[in-house]
Amino acid sequence: MSTLKTENLKQYLTPFNIVVGIILLLGGFVTILRFTKGLGAVTNLTDNYPWGLWISFDLLCGVALAAGGYTTSAACYVFGLKRFHSAVRPAILTAFLGYALVVFALHYDVGRPWRLPYPFFVQSGPTSVLFEVGLCVFLYLITLFIEWVPSALEWLGIRKPRDIIVKATLALTIFGVVLSTMHQSSLGALFLIAPSKMHPLWYSSYIPLFFFVSSIAAGLSMVIFESTLSHHYMHDKMDETYLKEHDGVTYGFAKGAAMVLVLYFFIKVVGLTLDNNWSYLLTGYGAWYLLELLGFVALPAFLYAIAVREKKLTLIRWTAVLTVLGIVLNRFNVSLVAFNWHLPPEMRYFPRWHEFVVSIFVVTIGLLVFRFIASRMPIFYEHPDFKEHEARELEEHELKPHPQTWGH
Amino acid sequence: MQRRTFLGLLGAAGIGAAVTKTAQAASVQHFEGYPDSYGVLFDATRCIGCRSCEAGCNQINGLPAPHKPFDDLSVLAKKRRTDAKTFTVVNRFDQIPGVAGAVFRKDQCQHCLEPACASACFVAAFTKTPQGAVIWDESVCVGCRYCMIACPFEIPTYEYNEPLTPRVMKCHMCHPHITSGKATVPGCVGACPTEALVYGKRTDLLAIARQRFAAFPDRYVNHIYGEREMGGTNWLYISGVPFRYIGLREDLGVTPAPELTSGALAAVPIISAAWPVLLTGIYAINKRRDKIAAEEKKQAVKEALAKAQAKAKEELDKALAKAEAEKKSAIEREVKKALEEAAKAQAEADKGQTEEGE
Ligand code: SF4
Ligand code: SF4
Ligand code: SF4
Repeated sequence: MSTLKTENLKQYLTPFNIVVGIILLLGGFVTILRFTKGLGAVTNLTDNYPWGLWISFDLLCGVALAAGGYTTSAACYVFGLKRFHSAVRPAILTAFLGYALVVFALHYDVGRPWRLPYPFFVQSGPTSVLFEVGLCVFLYLITLFIEWVPSALEWLGIRKPRDIIVKATLALTIFGVVLSTMHQSSLGALFLIAPSKMHPLWYSSYIPLFFFVSSIAAGLSMVIFESTLSHHYMHDKMDETYLKEHDGVTYGFAKGAAMVLVLYFFIKVVGLTLDNNWSYLLTGYGAWYLLELLGFVALPAFLYAIAVREKKLTLIRWTAVLTVLGIVLNRFNVSLVAFNWHLPPEMRYFPRWHEFVVSIFVVTIGLLVFRFIASRMPIFYEHPDFKEHEARELEEHELKPHPQTWGH
Repeated sequence: MQRRTFLGLLGAAGIGAAVTKTAQAASVQHFEGYPDSYGVLFDATRCIGCRSCEAGCNQINGLPAPHKPFDDLSVLAKKRRTDAKTFTVVNRFDQIPGVAGAVFRKDQCQHCLEPACASACFVAAFTKTPQGAVIWDESVCVGCRYCMIACPFEIPTYEYNEPLTPRVMKCHMCHPHITSGKATVPGCVGACPTEALVYGKRTDLLAIARQRFAAFPDRYVNHIYGEREMGGTNWLYISGVPFRYIGLREDLGVTPAPELTSGALAAVPIISAAWPVLLTGIYAINKRRDKIAAEEKKQAVKEALAKAQAKAKEELDKALAKAEAEKKSAIEREVKKALEEAAKAQAEADKGQTEEGE
């Protein structure tokens, strides 16, 4: 009896499980601390720095990196690139989990999390950019959930509601693109209200556009990055279509990301010129800005282009990582480095370890849920009973804008 | 509206960001403040840095006792800001060019005419009252702290150590005390021993400031800080030294905070109206392209099929014709053969008859 127990225990004590276990324990500990002692006990936030790591990483980066959902489904269903079809489901699942985790993480950050629905149901502040962000994220989370539901229904073998949702694919996709355009750009627009607190190199009236365009690059790169990981760890779950299309998806997305990054680079330079900020480039902040612009925008654009031309999959994958890091760097630069640059160094913010724990905790939960779902539901493969349905039903679907898309 | 929305779209699309800014500054009439609203005038030439106003504020608002008592002036050695237990602070500014001693300035909410905090709050927890004060409503605040990001004067503070019911804390110009009749002037104003603070109608305060400028032209910088800064504020400052030396930013501009985001917000209805049409259009084009391709394919197949059928028919006809011909010749052959045979039989019979007859 006892030997059986230790056997079982040993089986579960893989390095992966141990690390995950530690993270979950620490996360639980900080969670308790947060809700018993307050933000002051677990963060380095001050009255000058009301937003820290949880907003920079969990919200700004989280939303940007979850952009793979709308970019992939738009490419496949709106722009008619059917060869990306097998990439849609994993991208939708990641986006759905990404947004769900953004909202989950916000519960740590805001003072009274149970009031998060207040802006929509109790009293609205429509003059606030944050209101727009909140509303779009809220609606988009619902949209993503609906888009994901067919996977779950196929897994459970329920056909009727699944078929109805699949018929609405196009409407859902367009609705998702509209919402994403608005909140991705609005996350940048959040900072428009504080020109006096932002370094001029990162403050620009174009910042909504920067955030939107860079989110596309981030989304495409995340799809490449995730599919690489999934390929490695969930190979046995993938069907022939997925595997066959995989390289094509990677090349296609890399090409798209290269073009978007070039566009992003140019509008950044145009913004720099129109705001007449070239002189700042000679300062320390300027060097940091150039590192971001050249090392994490221009370089990946160039590498993507080369890798696509030379058909180098490995290079594409590493470039995807570089791009993602670049977007993360940008969001940190805007919200932490450029923000409050006028303050003396001793008053500036650096996250406390508890804050890192919560962010890692949230990402870990995301990974676990993704693994749970992807290893059970038809994500990387088409369910045999539902095969080929999707494409055909979409074809037959009447072309009518969904009423929802109009009523924002 | 039309024009604003259009510019807003450009602004959000980034195309005409610079255009938006100048156009708004030139054309959009901004709010001049409630006509009879009240405010406070702070005169830096009169302030002696005694911290009585801090004490008065603390007392009237029942705030927790500070670490060091209010008559301890050693706290002035370091620049302080408002915090969750302090709605107002006095700071000392030394080493100002051309000034022998120190100059002091009191800091608290400026009660902007068009407050950044109010425009930023997504539950509209802030209200600009017609009396002039900007007040905050605890019953709806979510605690997102965007108001703190937005305020250009770095005023709102937060109770970070409250786990479940943290509040945003800031000066409310004693609005609740004055409306309830508990006080006739703000606590800080009443506590000031040198009349460095004057409470009154904003228009009167502006006039008082100008009178002082006229009476003592050498004593003052000829500018009322807050008359136009960030679109104007109800709390006003006059000073004998440039305002940047007493911790007031001179680079804030006169654009009210709500205008900074109005362009981006105006794009919302446009995106939500134009995007679906555009995307549906793109989809339709792609679908059409696919359909045309499919149709062409179908057509080609049909033609090929027709051709093949025609050819097959031709062959069949040929074969039939051949078969027919063959059949005909076969019959003919048979008939001929039969006739021949009949003729032969006839001949035989004739021959037999003659033989018999012989
Ligand atoms: S000073 Fe700051 S807190 Fe006070 S009204 Fe203006 S924006 Fe709001
Ligand atoms: S912290 Fe409260 S008052 Fe401030 S913006 Fe958020 S909800 Fe509004
Ligand atoms: S007006 Fe009232 S709340 Fe504001 S600083 Fe003065 S005493 Fe404090």
